[in-house]
Amino acid sequence: MTTPHSTWKYWLATALSLSAFIAAPSMLYAGSEEDRGLEIAIAADKADIGFGDYSVDLEMTLSNKHNQHTNRRMRNTTREQANDGDKTLIVFDNPRDVKGTAFLSHTHKLDSDDQWLFLPALKRVKRISSSNKSGPFMGSEFAYEDISSQEIEKYTYRYAGEESFDGRKHFKVEQFPTHPKSGYHRQMVWFDQAELRVWKIDFYDRKNTLLKTLNYSGYQMYLDQFWRADKMHMVNHQTGKSTILSFSNYKFGIGTTDMDFTPNRLKRAR
Amino acid sequence: MRYFGLAFPLFLLTLFAGTSHVLAGQWDVGGQASLQTRYFPASPSYSTQKNVTISGSVTLEPEIVYDFDNGNDRIVFSPFARFDGDDKKRTHADIRELHWLHLGQSWDLSVGISKVYWGVTESVHLVDIINQTDVVEDVTGEAKLGQAMINANIEQDWGTLSLFALPAFLPRNFTANNARLHGPLPIDHNNPSYESKQENRHVDGAARFSIMIADLDLALSYFQGTSREARFFMQNQAGQLVLVPRYDQIAQTGLELQLTTENTLWKVEGITRTGHGPRFYAGVAGFEHTFYGIASSNADMGILVEYLYDNRDPRFAPASIANHDVFAGFRLALNDTQDTTMLFGGSWDHKSDAGFINFEAERRMTDHLKMSLNGRFFVNTPPTDPLYPIRNDDLIELNLNWFF
Repeated sequence: MTTPHSTWKYWLATALSLSAFIAAPSMLYAGSEEDRGLEIAIAADKADIGFGDYSVDLEMTLSNKHNQHTNRRMRNTTREQANDGDKTLIVFDNPRDVKGTAFLSHTHKLDSDDQWLFLPALKRVKRISSSNKSGPFMGSEFAYEDISSQEIEKYTYRYAGEESFDGRKHFKVEQFPTHPKSGYHRQMVWFDQAELRVWKIDFYDRKNTLLKTLNYSGYQMYLDQFWRADKMHMVNHQTGKSTILSFSNYKFGIGTTDMDFTPNRLKRAR
Repeated sequence: MRYFGLAFPLFLLTLFAGTSHVLAGQWDVGGQASLQTRYFPASPSYSTQKNVTISGSVTLEPEIVYDFDNGNDRIVFSPFARFDGDDKKRTHADIRELHWLHLGQSWDLSVGISKVYWGVTESVHLVDIINQTDVVEDVTGEAKLGQAMINANIEQDWGTLSLFALPAFLPRNFTANNARLHGPLPIDHNNPSYESKQENRHVDGAARFSIMIADLDLALSYFQGTSREARFFMQNQAGQLVLVPRYDQIAQTGLELQLTTENTLWKVEGITRTGHGPRFYAGVAGFEHTFYGIASSNADMGILVEYLYDNRDPRFAPASIANHDVFAGFRLALNDTQDTTMLFGGSWDHKSDAGFINFEAERRMTDHLKMSLNGRFFVNTPPTDPLYPIRNDDLIELNLNWFF
């Protein structure tokens, strides 16, 4: 569940290329809209490089259009990979019947992700297909592809202008999923110009109709460098349902190794 | 309770570990309780069986986990008990788990009672052999008793090697002699026969090597020791013919393969066994194909097809109900907030025409409550079939599970 972020360190590293279009009006930028969109996405992605690993507690509140609520609780541990997508382990705590169920994902930049599920009642680890991109995660409004590790290679990009709201100036970047099984035709992403954090995403279904809007809030900086939002609020415009994902207890530098993210170790996950 | 002899020293170990690390550790107490109603639509086949139509039972299965040493050490205790109003033998208790687990950097070690699952296929679990099947719980064989073990797993680039020493054997449990799901002859529940002179104290051994090569998962396993399956011989006990369960010493080699492709999982399990007459082979192969988001909904539908083969000689080996059978089923997951799922499967023996139909549906009612409805039906069972004695014991069961 990595989200694109930015840091001051990044600015030092890429000040030259970015200052060109941050300081100057967009009309002065020489590259194509596609190049510019990609450049923003790469810059946002680079800003999160080097986080190493972290763990975080998640609470998911599912609401239907009658305003009835259901809660899910889980814990996520993520470990960064040098030249590949992240490895993520999610252990479920609530509802109680799925307590102890664990989900392991090795995400990849280009290939399909590898995924395993641990079913505690049978003590069975099942390798599962990861081609279910658009299916709902835990019955929520988040699809599997929304919560999987966001990699540059998973989209093509197009710069779509600027927009200010909530006292921030944003870049708008349109991204088009490259995977044929994606449930989306495109997504519109709003990055703030100061830190390249994502604040809003509009998801358009395969018919290019607005399906969902995701709003990020409560950004906090960890390790003086990495931004994480405390809250992600997804609204489905077509069904009236919504899901709030709240993050708490972020811990970075927790000392995991790749051996903590193997199918064998998944049996021992708690 | 079946494992109390072993349980006591382990319980002391739990207490010891608990007191010495009480500040560093973390307790987690949970579990479930359930109410079950079983409905048998047909009258039983034999006059020895009580004519039970509706039967009730309750279960309790707490789980107490103590984590310490930054989660590198763990003690798990999970007893299980069922109280059945009609079947004295289905009223049973077992320690599903009572072990100490240590997690090393690329290895782990567990000592005590645990459950271990091997295998990939859905219709039968040929390779899975570490734990004894809890037959009275569920005729499908999915429920398992705890098994005492010392288990080490070593994980390296070349794969994962798991080693097991299994010091105490649990005989299979069977329904009471007057209960549903029982044949005409009584079973001698208390005096099983063993090939080994050490009887249930024979130390069994097992090893499994598994490796993942891109989308292919492969595992080879070997087991030597007391057969988890029983065969029966007839004995005249004071003028009454009874069936005595017999546990032979066997050696079994197993193979598991799974190829994970886009929407399809291809699965193979195979075993070869000695000790039950001449060496025999058994295999199951098939696939599970999932259609995601059917009819523009959130629901997924999976189609399962497997073929089962077994060439054991029933004169020397425990009966197999899957010797040349085709299994087909579908799984429906609505992916709604209640996680509603349904599984419908049937297997058919293309030589004898015997069939078995299995239906499972479940839905979460609240954060703590789940309801499930299961059906097991024996269809067209010929007298030569091992399921013939229970041919009229089709059942539909409704479970309410409370998770705490």
